[in-house]
Amino acid sequence: MKDIENYICKNINLEISDKDFFVLLGPTGSGKTTILNIIAGLADYEGNVMFDGKPVDSVPVKNRGIGYLFQNLLLFPHMNVFENVAYSLRTRYRPENEVEDIVNELLKSMNIFYLKERYPKNLSGGEQQRVAIARVLAYKPNILLLDEPFNNLDLRTRKHLRLEIKQLHKELGVTSVFVTHNLIEAEELGDEVAILNDGKVQQIASPKELFSSPVNDHVSEFIGTPNIIECDYCKILGNELAEIGFAGLSLVVPYEDRKVEKVAISPGDIFISKEEIPGPRLNVFKGKIDKIDNLGPILRIKIKVAKRTFVAEIPKDSSYKEELKVDDDVFLKIRLKSIKVF
Amino acid sequence: MKLSSLKWIIPIIAFIAIWEIIARFEIFPSYLFPPFSRVILSMFQLLVNGILLQNLFSSLLRVISGFLLGAMAGILVGIAMGYKEVVNDSLHPIFSLLMPIPALGWAPLFMLWIGINEALPIALIFMSSFFPILYNTITGIKNIDQNYVKVARSLGASELKILRTIVLPLALPNILTGLRLESGMAWRVIIAAEMIAIPTGIGALLIRSESLLQVDVIIVCLMVLSLMCLSFERFFLFLEKNLVSWRSL
Repeated sequence: MKDIENYICKNINLEISDKDFFVLLGPTGSGKTTILNIIAGLADYEGNVMFDGKPVDSVPVKNRGIGYLFQNLLLFPHMNVFENVAYSLRTRYRPENEVEDIVNELLKSMNIFYLKERYPKNLSGGEQQRVAIARVLAYKPNILLLDEPFNNLDLRTRKHLRLEIKQLHKELGVTSVFVTHNLIEAEELGDEVAILNDGKVQQIASPKELFSSPVNDHVSEFIGTPNIIECDYCKILGNELAEIGFAGLSLVVPYEDRKVEKVAISPGDIFISKEEIPGPRLNVFKGKIDKIDNLGPILRIKIKVAKRTFVAEIPKDSSYKEELKVDDDVFLKIRLKSIKVF
Repeated sequence: MKLSSLKWIIPIIAFIAIWEIIARFEIFPSYLFPPFSRVILSMFQLLVNGILLQNLFSSLLRVISGFLLGAMAGILVGIAMGYKEVVNDSLHPIFSLLMPIPALGWAPLFMLWIGINEALPIALIFMSSFFPILYNTITGIKNIDQNYVKVARSLGASELKILRTIVLPLALPNILTGLRLESGMAWRVIIAAEMIAIPTGIGALLIRSESLLQVDVIIVCLMVLSLMCLSFERFFLFLEKNLVSWRSL
């Protein structure tokens, strides 16, 4: 796959199941948007794009049946909400009364009917988002491409819209490809997630598999180098809790009605202190600092606890950074809520 | 009366009053500096005997014809150059050589090619309008975020539809600004052309009045010119406000 003379992505082989919500996850510049543009027919490439097993390489963009939600939404500023949503129908010369019915119904279903006369300039970020989604859904595309659509929104609106998109996907059953660099979005939305780095697919798996079995350092680094723990035993404690055993240690973890085989703990979720941590001793361990790596704004600290090594990360501006050095004895506390179980 | 209207009217009334007083005291000879009241009287006479309207109509017709032709050609070629790189690459080198030539610089050549007739001032106005409007149109089109075009394409629009529904409306503010600025320039060119070569029109009336020492008529012509330039500018401002109202909504 190429862009003029420089290849942005190489040897990409993706198979997306019908009606799946497929997430392309990766850092900026990893080639996520390029892949969406290739699927849409908006970028040059070598190879084949197939829909339902048939190549569509010679099919022009307008006939690919794609709904593309761009990163900056790009609502047409000279058209009001109604005209924006009606655009795809009018380009297909649908009768005006039909256009009106479809658009009005869509605007009502997305709770933005009251905005129909407004211009994009006068809409909030969340409202613009809904209008942009309505615009791509108006002509019922076969495939929905979403390029980091929540980027410029506040956390609350993002969360709300994630739920709406998920619900919408469920209702419409349209195959969707969602690009993001946000791990939480990928985890919440994706049926399957492909992790990209330097224009190459590193791993394709379900969100849970990604956390439990990252295939290489790139994936591991991207998902936050979690501490993966294989369980020796799992004892159900009740109250949606279970105790797992590993390397001679025990850890209380959330329990979700099935045997826990693995747990993943993000390095950022491990609290370290040289002093004994006050409060209940649940998931508190004593260990010795084995190594400290300086990673710019953060310090990555490896701590040996019995036969197991935990990786923790603390921000450099943390108040106790000066005091920590190799061979120090420290206490670790792992927050129950942040433990992912598999 | 609104405060903003008063802000305009009071200085103008003061200016006219000072003018009238200075002229009445005959600080300068009255044949060189007539009072405002005499200018108004001359205007009335010129209106009654039809000389002013006749000349104004001649100039107006030339401005409208030349400006319309220049604007239409500028917009059409500008669209082609702004939208298609190959057209831009072919024409830009030629136009960039021709554009710096002042419109009146073409006058001697056009006199020989076209002759001294109605087509001459129209051709000069065409030259003065064409290039600025052309480049305003190109800039307007090139400044459009190309992602809007991508979105329209992904929504199923054909190239022609994209041009009509996305590119032109988004380039319109630039095009209208070009038209507004160049409409005033068209009046400046016509006056110069009529002074040099054409025996009718406001420019010709100006040069005739100069030779007859009719300063009051010269001032009447200048007032009419000011009024015309202002009216043209206001007309395009009105178009801007109404055709690109989405920018301020």
